Amino acid sequence: MMSRPGSHGSCPVPVHSAERIEIGHGGGGKLTQRLIDTVFRPAFAVSDEDLTCDSAAIGRSEFELAFTTDAYVVQPLFFPGGNIGSLAIFGTVNDLAMSGARALAISAAFVIEEGFAVTDLNRIVETMRDAASRAGVRIVAGDTKVVERGKADGVYIATSGIGEIGSRALIRPQEVRVGDAVIVSGDIGRHGMAVMAARESLGFEPPIESDCAPLFGPVSALIDGGIELHCLRDCTRGGLATALIEIARCADVTIAIEQTKIPVSGPVRGACEILGIDPLYVANEGRFTAIVAGGDAERALSILQRHDDAAAIIGMVGERDGSTDAKIRTIGRTRALDLQTGEQLPRIC
Amino acid sequence: MRFVDEFRDPDGARSVAEAIAATVTRPWTIMEICGGQTHAIVRYGIDHMLPDTISLLHGPGCPVCVTPAGIIDAACTLASQPEVILCSFGDMLRVPGHEQSLLTARTGGADVRMVYSPLDAVTLARENPTREIVFLAIGFETTAPTSAMAVLHAERDGLTNFSLLSSHVLVPPAMRQLLADPTNKVQGFLAAGHVCAVSGYRDYHAIPQRFGIPIVVTGFEPLDILQGILLCVRQLEENRADVENQYRRAVRHTGNRYAQAAVEQVFKVQGQAWRGIGWIEDSGLALRSRFALFDALNRFTEVHVSPERETACISGEVLRGVCKPDDCPMFGNLCTLEHPLGATMVSSEGACAAYYRYRRVSGAA
Ligand code: SF4
Repeated sequence: MMSRPGSHGSCPVPVHSAERIEIGHGGGGKLTQRLIDTVFRPAFAVSDEDLTCDSAAIGRSEFELAFTTDAYVVQPLFFPGGNIGSLAIFGTVNDLAMSGARALAISAAFVIEEGFAVTDLNRIVETMRDAASRAGVRIVAGDTKVVERGKADGVYIATSGIGEIGSRALIRPQEVRVGDAVIVSGDIGRHGMAVMAARESLGFEPPIESDCAPLFGPVSALIDGGIELHCLRDCTRGGLATALIEIARCADVTIAIEQTKIPVSGPVRGACEILGIDPLYVANEGRFTAIVAGGDAERALSILQRHDDAAAIIGMVGERDGSTDAKIRTIGRTRALDLQTGEQLPRIC
Repeated sequence: MRFVDEFRDPDGARSVAEAIAATVTRPWTIMEICGGQTHAIVRYGIDHMLPDTISLLHGPGCPVCVTPAGIIDAACTLASQPEVILCSFGDMLRVPGHEQSLLTARTGGADVRMVYSPLDAVTLARENPTREIVFLAIGFETTAPTSAMAVLHAERDGLTNFSLLSSHVLVPPAMRQLLADPTNKVQGFLAAGHVCAVSGYRDYHAIPQRFGIPIVVTGFEPLDILQGILLCVRQLEENRADVENQYRRAVRHTGNRYAQAAVEQVFKVQGQAWRGIGWIEDSGLALRSRFALFDALNRFTEVHVSPERETACISGEVLRGVCKPDDCPMFGNLCTLEHPLGATMVSSEGACAAYYRYRRVSGAA
């Protein structure tokens, strides 16, 4: 941990107690300042001005801007392939990417539980720095609050992000048309199963790694490739099925997908099989579905496969079919896909 | 995982379905016992691949569905005691007792936790010596061995704060009871592969001998189920009644002896109430008196299992194959996944949930 000569002398708290977060760290006084100086600034600040004011000037843009916000609450905080910090950065970057926007700047607010280890906070913050640099975005403003022990689950992070929209065409569900192709950007279900396995200490071998990753790269490749892109949706909570159902509802169409075309890795399929969980509804943090003009489907696929060779065309958009938002062809028949009720819970036998 | 993919191969499935169609000469009614198989059948549309002459009935093999409401009442009462941490499998937390579910008890302040294995509950007991850890133990022959292991581990470690609220059930007595019912329509059984992987199928031979009905031990993938149906139909057409094993890659005749020994050591067989079905002789497992210390109902003598009350839900008939979920007047209107009225809608292995999730929208043909 970084420390400044002399600063300990003026601080009323002995050095060793800084190893755990105390209520005073959120009070806005010297302890808060020290936390900023030793944890946040070394990780996030790019220039001397960064993190010195309550808000940051982030420059001008000739493009239309997009803005988003999200809160991250995950247990466990650390899981194979990432932690709450990478989740918070990629989640926000990806929300922007789904409107075709490249993230410019992110703010992050931390709610930390009293007693939380500063080493863990450092690990999270360093991951956020690495994630931000991978996504090409700056973390420019932040806030820290500390709550009493027992009032939070370690740490919660809320992030907001601003980005510029590079595409001239609108990318939103209302643009989806009959005959469009439905593509998924990679294999599904990794994040949700990685978190579940870590949370419940299910020792799957090899361990399932989260797919947590920034998505603007493949999105901008589609835009630069001149693909007629109608809608993008990241397949986070509720998984691929929920994303498709929501798009179909908005666009008033029925989306038809093929079970056999949906990419699911061996370990994820095995874990889902054991626990009785449908991978279509499992959360992802680095996968999206793209709805593109039918004629551009193959070209869009080859662009996406350069980023992830598991990307696949999984179905197409059809006329509205009664009350059915999305349907899936399995071995024996075609059935409707429905929104999940509540959380997916593992089965018993 | 080529292993699983092979058992979902559409071409392979079609050719087995064709073989079934070529074998059948008259109507047959077959029951798949296990809720996991019911879900696979409805989810993959296996019933749609069969000739109209074959009817599938859904059986009582969903452990969540058959757990009596009175046991859940007792679990909720236990969970609301300040010293108790009540643990069970995820699915179990949603099922209502007569008054509430464990999840509602949790929102009311009870310490209810989801675990994946009873052994996790033992770990919890070790880590929380000042609390009482109660594991609501449910399930068939598949889950009973880990419950037994949990008790043995707790005993070995000298834990005095761990107990089971046991509601384990056994499959063969339920099959016998179904067949003995004069209204029975079942002509052949697909037995649950997972259950037989543990218990073996030695005990099953008595059933074809007594009732003249074939049993095929069957796996859970679409192709497994189709092959199970083919084997069953062949027996029926040839007027044979044997126990056959479709699920050879996982099941041996004798099952898992180690698991059986653990169950035998910890539990004794006794009569048991099944939710919606009623009392079935010799179909439950109770802790042997040597392990009385680990029996929650013995430790907390003030807690009782209340008798079942009448409800409008006809899930008992659904579980006995007397009717199908969509025969229930409340299906899909008063009773939905969002507002379930019975355990067969709550449980992710329940037949009503399978029909609601996969069958409700018929427009998607
Ligand atoms: S539909 Fe609901 S009320 Fe009817 S049998 Fe099924 S669970 Fe019971």
